[in-house]
Amino acid sequence: MPLAQTSTTVPVIVNDDLCIADKGCTVCVDVCPLDVLRIVETDEGNKTAFMKYDECWYCMPCEADCPTGAVTVNLPYLLK
Amino acid sequence: MDEILDGLTQIDCDILVIGGGTAGPMAALKAKRKNPKANVVLLDKANVKRSGAISMGMDGLNNSVIPGYATPEQYTKEITIANDGICDQAAVYRYAQECYGIIEELDEFGIRFQKDENGEYDVKKVHHIGTYVLPMPNGDTVKKALYRQLRKARINIINRYMSTRLLTGEGRVAGAICVNTRTAEFLVVRAKAVIMGLGAAGRLGLPTSGYLMGTYENPTNSGEGYSMAYHAGAGLANLECYQINPLIKDYNGPACAYVAGPMGGYTANAKGERFIECDYWSGQMMQEFYDELQGGKGPVYLKLNHLAEETVSEIERVLHIVERPTRGHFHAGRGTDYRKQMIEMHISEIGFCSGHSASGVFVDEHARTTIPGLYAAGDMANVPHNYMLGAFTNGAFAGLDAADFIADVDFAAFDEGEVEAERNRVLAPTKRDDGIPPNQIEYKTRRLVNDYLQPPKVTAKMELAQKRFEEVRDDMEQGMYVQDSHELMRALEASSILDCADMAAAASLYRTESRWGLYHNRVEYERDNENWFCHTILTKGEDGKPAHRKQDVKPYVVEIADEEKDAYDKQRVDPSVAAE
Ligand SMILES: Cc1cc2nc3c(=O)[nH]c(=O)nc-3n(C[C@H](O)[C@H](O)[C@H](O)COP(=O)(O)OP(=O)(O)OC[C@H]3O[C@@H](n4cnc5c(N)ncnc54)[C@H](O)[C@@H]3O)c2cc1C
Ligand code: SF4
Ligand code: SF4
Repeated sequence: MPLAQTSTTVPVIVNDDLCIADKGCTVCVDVCPLDVLRIVETDEGNKTAFMKYDECWYCMPCEADCPTGAVTVNLPYLLK
Repeated sequence: MDEILDGLTQIDCDILVIGGGTAGPMAALKAKRKNPKANVVLLDKANVKRSGAISMGMDGLNNSVIPGYATPEQYTKEITIANDGICDQAAVYRYAQECYGIIEELDEFGIRFQKDENGEYDVKKVHHIGTYVLPMPNGDTVKKALYRQLRKARINIINRYMSTRLLTGEGRVAGAICVNTRTAEFLVVRAKAVIMGLGAAGRLGLPTSGYLMGTYENPTNSGEGYSMAYHAGAGLANLECYQINPLIKDYNGPACAYVAGPMGGYTANAKGERFIECDYWSGQMMQEFYDELQGGKGPVYLKLNHLAEETVSEIERVLHIVERPTRGHFHAGRGTDYRKQMIEMHISEIGFCSGHSASGVFVDEHARTTIPGLYAAGDMANVPHNYMLGAFTNGAFAGLDAADFIADVDFAAFDEGEVEAERNRVLAPTKRDDGIPPNQIEYKTRRLVNDYLQPPKVTAKMELAQKRFEEVRDDMEQGMYVQDSHELMRALEASSILDCADMAAAASLYRTESRWGLYHNRVEYERDNENWFCHTILTKGEDGKPAHRKQDVKPYVVEIADEEKDAYDKQRVDPSVAAE
């Protein structure tokens, strides 16, 4: 069975300007219990964290532990 | 990250603790302190720093037995009654006797508990009979404090490996097979004793929002503990006693009667009237909740809007920062202000969790399962109404006993073929070119759980569920497809969720009576003390399907008078009194 590409909005947003993944930070990726955050290279060539998988418990360790306050946890659309 | 790599490593340790949430860390600490020479490994699917139910912290201890407020006898009695009599009291009684010592230890770790002006613990009454709820003003520090202790004790921590099967041999436990969630590489851990603290089966039913991870429990806890115990041949007790919670609708987090109750908040119907006397979670209370909704008097709400401003702000301060800190965002998004509106609640999806009810892997008062060398503690073990302090305390019992167990044994030999078979099972979805992604297998299983297993339980519906589950199992085994190792983790979870769904249906069909209020409300059967005042034990049968037997409830340690036995059945507020 071939796969479709259905899109979903993700609840967690990272402010690229504040994120210091370039300096090697991976704190939010490390702490997330659902392991849904990853680091990616942006078009400008900087690194930033982002939510790769829409599987979030809206629990907040990513936001609470980010050293620069770059992460905002919103509620997943389906339940907000 | 996330690519699928081929690899297998084997390591040895004395004690393997699986699950670094609440029970696991305490088990590891106690074992290591008792036997500093022992090599103790603590392995978690997530990162121990922020894993499990207490990832962000906790509002308080729901079930503390503190000298001067409650006695072990009183507590044992209360939990036996709340659990409808089906309770081996030895484990509850031992917990009740020793949990105060654990509170003092947690206090030394830097986790503070609320004290009154005289420096005494400020314990609150929420339960029907006794007083056991102890708030934690800095509850957000609990996980950090625990982690510090683990580092200090030099526990070997392995993060991001999920265990999928236990290894057994020579009639006892031999270790566990684990898979790296970011590379799909295998880790075989040989161990002389294994302690399981993998938490609840939190992704069994589907939340009404339809969002797979919008569960009450931390969704990392997807039932591997139950599934692994089952496949290893351990007994699981009373799985038909589901966990069903009264939650904030859609948000699906606790409404927190335990926080709001002692400050004057309560559960109300649409008219704002109180209809249950006691907001402590029990099957009997959930039945009243259900009846109110069915009777057209709903929605049901948490009512705080009659309280003074200082009280409401205090409740907000606790509820919006500690356990589930997005709760404030949720209310803000909906425009709900505790001062003005009541907060809509609903009945949660089903799960297995002894933390809040009673079902789980069968253990005795030493946290020993039915397999020598294998222990279980916390939400996945069957000690009723465990909650957080129960996870800590029973975890401690497991660690202490395991430290003794390993003194006399070497590694048990196991069949290498089991590792090969598990590799083939795990990797099958990576070998196909396309197929069904795990989220669809999981969604369908959980949607069927809601359709057919959510109480009230009907025989014909549960039998249909079994048929549908078999079809989904075929699809899963023949056609599940994953693209990376993260999806592989979800695929393995889908498999344990399906195992739990099968067990839930089978256990519910076996007990042909009603018990535990809504948790096991079988509409065709009345309560039947003559035939069913017993545990039901589910094991994996010869045919690979669930097998069942009855097991006597051990003679009570604390006697319960006849007139006390149904205290939890009298939950409904007497309307003539309420009108006054
Ligand atoms: C939202 C919420 C609020 C609560 N509020 C309170 C309260 O106020 N007071 C109170 O006393 N109790 C409360 N409880 C209950 C209490 O938190 C739990 O009973 C207790 O923390 C359970 O501990 P545990 O060790 O069994 O599970 P957890 O602490 O959840 O730990 C399970 C661990 O197992 C890991 N794991 C899962 N699967 C695997 C696998 N396959 N391989 C390896 N590791 C795995 C997980 O990552 C996790 O770290 C609450 C629970 C929830 C969910
Ligand atoms: S923790 Fe913050 S700074 Fe670090 S990678 Fe994540 S978003 Fe970026
Ligand atoms: S809110 Fe929780 S689950 Fe969601 S990304 Fe952050 S840490 Fe992960």
